[in-house]
Order: sequence, then structure tokens, then C-alpha cells
Amino acid sequence: MTDPIPFDQALQAFEPVIGLEVHVELGTNTKMFCGCPTGFGAEPNTQTCPVCLGLPGSLPVANAQAIESIIRIGLALNCDIAEWCRMSRKNYFYPDMPKDYQVSQYDEPICVDGHLDITVPTDDGPVEVRIDIERVHMEEDTGKLTHAGGDTGRIHGADYSLVDYNRAGIPLVEIVTKPVVGTGRLAPAVARAYVAELRDIMRALGVSDVKMEEGSLRCDANVSLNRPGDPWGTRSETKNVNSLRSVERAVRAEIERQAGVLDGGERVVQETRHFHEDTGVTTPGRSKEHAEDYRYFPEPDLVPIAPSREWVEELRATLPERPSVRRARLAAEWGIGDFEMATLVNAGVLDLVEATVAAGVAPDAARKWWSGEFTRVANERDVDPADLPVTPADIGRVEELIASGALNDKLARQVFEGVLAGEGTPDEVVAARGLAVVSDDSALLAAIDAALAEQPDVAEKIRSGKVQAAGAIVGAVMKATRGQADAGKVRALLLERLGVSDA
Amino acid sequence: MSAITRGEVAHLARLARLALDDDELDHYAAQLDVILQSVARVTEVAADDIPPTSHPVPLVNVYRDDEVRPSLAQSEALAAAPAVEDGRFRVPRILDEE
Repeated sequence: MTDPIPFDQALQAFEPVIGLEVHVELGTNTKMFCGCPTGFGAEPNTQTCPVCLGLPGSLPVANAQAIESIIRIGLALNCDIAEWCRMSRKNYFYPDMPKDYQVSQYDEPICVDGHLDITVPTDDGPVEVRIDIERVHMEEDTGKLTHAGGDTGRIHGADYSLVDYNRAGIPLVEIVTKPVVGTGRLAPAVARAYVAELRDIMRALGVSDVKMEEGSLRCDANVSLNRPGDPWGTRSETKNVNSLRSVERAVRAEIERQAGVLDGGERVVQETRHFHEDTGVTTPGRSKEHAEDYRYFPEPDLVPIAPSREWVEELRATLPERPSVRRARLAAEWGIGDFEMATLVNAGVLDLVEATVAAGVAPDAARKWWSGEFTRVANERDVDPADLPVTPADIGRVEELIASGALNDKLARQVFEGVLAGEGTPDEVVAARGLAVVSDDSALLAAIDAALAEQPDVAEKIRSGKVQAAGAIVGAVMKATRGQADAGKVRALLLERLGVSDA
Repeated sequence: MSAITRGEVAHLARLARLALDDDELDHYAAQLDVILQSVARVTEVAADDIPPTSHPVPLVNVYRDDEVRPSLAQSEALAAAPAVEDGRFRVPRILDEE
């Protein structure tokens, strides 16, 4: 067992080649070949039927929506769409599929030869990298195993296993890159940026909810190392990479580990490895030294897929603006930088800000509400910001009230507090809670007089020309009116009352 | 000589969890023998220049709408399982002790 070599040192001696296999669970209502629902978290084995349980006599029929989705994915990744292709049976002995085979595609994937240009952030500024796409193919997801009887819950040492087939048969799209060479020390960041871009594209296409933590987007990272000028090395395939951060860490960890192995004069074993989020290291899984024979053959129960060129072009016309292009456009329109844009994207409020700006709200105000107050409330309630009971029109109305002087910032927050609590529209909340800037001079003057009487020394200071002392009185008045006064107006009235002018 | 023995059919039946009596075993063994011999004859005449047929009917693009249909109840899904635990199919140990 050799120790890993620190990353920088590893990169001095070796060149990495990476390849990424990304699985995307489609967000269709039903499974790939039957009408069972696909919701996450249902009671075990309540979303199955004779087709996805592989019972005798059942016949699969492909989900039209899934076929449409994979073609749109292929087009978004600049692939050629096959004119004719078949599904195949991948046979294996493992109980995660009740049929003992997975319906997949073998030598006739529906989308081939694409590419994706990504921008990789580096210390020296952004770098453009083209990732070539080998294939995008259609298959079905497998069931979920729980291993029982061991101490670790893992398959090793388990006495038996329990299977839930709810997930078996959910449409799964596998996206495979060609080997990515020449990225050197950027390899981990390239892997991460690629998966992030794919995730954004899937979301923009509306084909999947791409939640890595729920497994609807999964990434396997292939890594090999070679000395400069040598042929490519033996690769490992790291699985269980469940976040963007893990993609980067897993590739880095594999580079460090393999460099240690090679530097110690040993050979890298071709195998599946598991990434551990907690320790950041990979451990060996199944050996792939002996290629498994899956005895692929064309699925006789499903007829070939032959998308017409007209349909493909129709689908091409539905492709959304590429997310990275859209972000750059909106950042320019709103006059914000990469950091501010990343904040909106990470908070999941970009669409909401865009809709709010479209409703007539100034970009700065729209950003302020969504990335501040609303993000905080969404986090507190553990909901998606889009599911909060506040609309772009509500924000537009509150901003109108602020502009007209009817509300100040503090009151506006109280209005949204009411709106978010389900108390109605902004106007209803204003009325019900009695929220309005106190602009009645006599009420304000009474409050000012009361404050002056309470702080006679401050009053004297102001009279003698120390205008900066006015803040204490203004503060007291704001407190007395529970924030419902316009602070600027209070100040002006106060100075007038005391017969001093603002210096 | 037959392409499949009665013993092999009995073994297959056991793997498929089909309870066949002696008469049925004789019956299916004879039928399967005919099928296997027919397939063997096809492979004899299929030369290299004949592409394998995966689908005998020239049909493409058969799809269904993405509409949910009722699933089986959990009890129905598990009804034929030899072993069940916690609403799940219980299967024997997957990896042998090393």
C-alpha cells in the first residue's frame, strides 16, 4: 500500500486523463416502459406493476415523453440524433432488477458525437474547455437494495438484502464523455464545471429535477494517469459522487492516490472505487480486470426508435437559451458581476429575480428582496424560494408604495412578513396591520416634543448647534412611532422646531 | 437425440418456480425440444450475409403517453415473493464470504 502524493507534486510527474459518466433520472410522470408513478420517497414496492416487476406475459411500451426528453438533451449537447436505433437487454445477476436484465442501449445509442463548451473558473481567470460527448443513451433505473445482517449496512458481510423496486424502470439517461486530455492540474475543476453545466442544462430543459442528493443526477468519474509521452494509464471508475464538490474532490483524490501507486512502482488496478464524502478518499469496490459479459442483445419486446427528421427539428426549436449564456446576458442587463450572479444562482432565485424585474421592479430591488429576506425565510421553512407565497406582482406593489412614500424599508419588511404568513396581498396587509408611514405633522411634532422633554441635555446640544446630536431624538421618535415615520422628515421637523439649520 | 432432457426442463421449472407434475414435464420437454431443434435449423441456414432479425414485424416508434396508471398494491407486488420483510423483497446474501 503506497501513500498518496500531494496534488501539485503528482501533477509534476503525471498527466491525468478523465472521463465522466453522468446518469440523469428524467422527471417524467411515469416509468420508462409502464404507467407506474415515479415520485421519490413512496412506501417500498407501492409503485410497481407486472411490467416493471418483470412478471410473465407483461409487455413494455416506451414513454413518449422520455424519448422526447433524451432527444432534446442530445440536441442541447450538440449530438447527432440516430435515425434508427434499438433498445438492448443488458443481462446480469444482481437482484436490483427483477427481470435479471436492464433495458438499455448497447451499440446503437440514440444520440452520438456531441460536445459541450464549458467555462472553468481558475485563479488566473476563466478558461474555456471543450468536452466531447461520446454518446447519450436511454436506459431504465434499477431498484434500491438495503443490506441487512452486517454491522455496516454494506453488501460486504451482509446476511441478506431487501429490495424496493419503486425506482426500477424510471427513465434514466446516461451521458458519456470522450476521454478529456490535456487539462492537467485543472482536471478536478473541469470535472466539476462540466457536471455543473450539465445540471444547469437539464434544469433549463425541464427534463429532470437533477437533485444530486436524491440521486436524480449521479456521476461516475474515470481517472487515469500517465507520464508525459507515455500511453494512457489504467483507469479507475469512482462512484458514489453525490455533490458537485465531491466530483472535484474525488478526481483530485484519485489523482493523488494513483500518483502514489505509480510512483511506488506498482500498477493501478482497473476497478470500481467508492468515494467517501466524510474522509474525501476512495476505497476499492468491484474489480473490472475481467470484462463482464452482459450478453447484450436487441430487446425483442420493444420496437426500434426512428425519430423523424421533422420531429428532431421541431424539438431543436424548443431548446432554451443555454444557462451560461443567459446568466451572462442577465448580469450585463442588471449591471452585476460574477459574484452577485453566483449568489442568485446558488440561492435558486435567478428565475424569480428575472420574473420580478419583468414585473417592473428595479433589478437592484428585485435582487435585494430575493437574495435577502426571501432566501432567509425559504431556508427557515425548508422550502424552495419559488414556493413561497409571494409573487413578483407583490414585490412590484410594495416597491410602488415605497416610491410613493407610503412605506419605508422597515415597514416594507413587515408587509412581506404578512404576505409570507398568508395574510393576503400587500395592500391587505397594510390595511389589516395598520402599516403606513406617519406623515401627519402634528403627530410627529408631539412625538418630537415628548422626546425632547425626555432628553433635555440632547435638546440643548442641538440648540447650541451640535446638529449631529439630532440622531438620538430621531431614534427616539422612530421608536415611539414603531418605525412608522419617515426618518428624514422627523429630522427636518426636529431641526425646524429647534430653530437650527442643517450644517 | 433430443435437444433438451426432461431433467433439464425440471431444473428450469425449479429456477422459474413453476410446479410441474410428471405429465406436464413430459409435455413441455417434448414441446421445448421441437422449438430448440427449429432454432438450430435456422442457425444452420443463416449464412454470414444474412443479418440477424431482432424484430420480425417492420414496426417503429410505438410509444405511450406519459400518464400514470394504477400500480399494484404492495401486498400484490409481494404476493409471489418467496420471502418478504418490511414491505420489501428479501433476497439471499449477494456476496459470498471471502
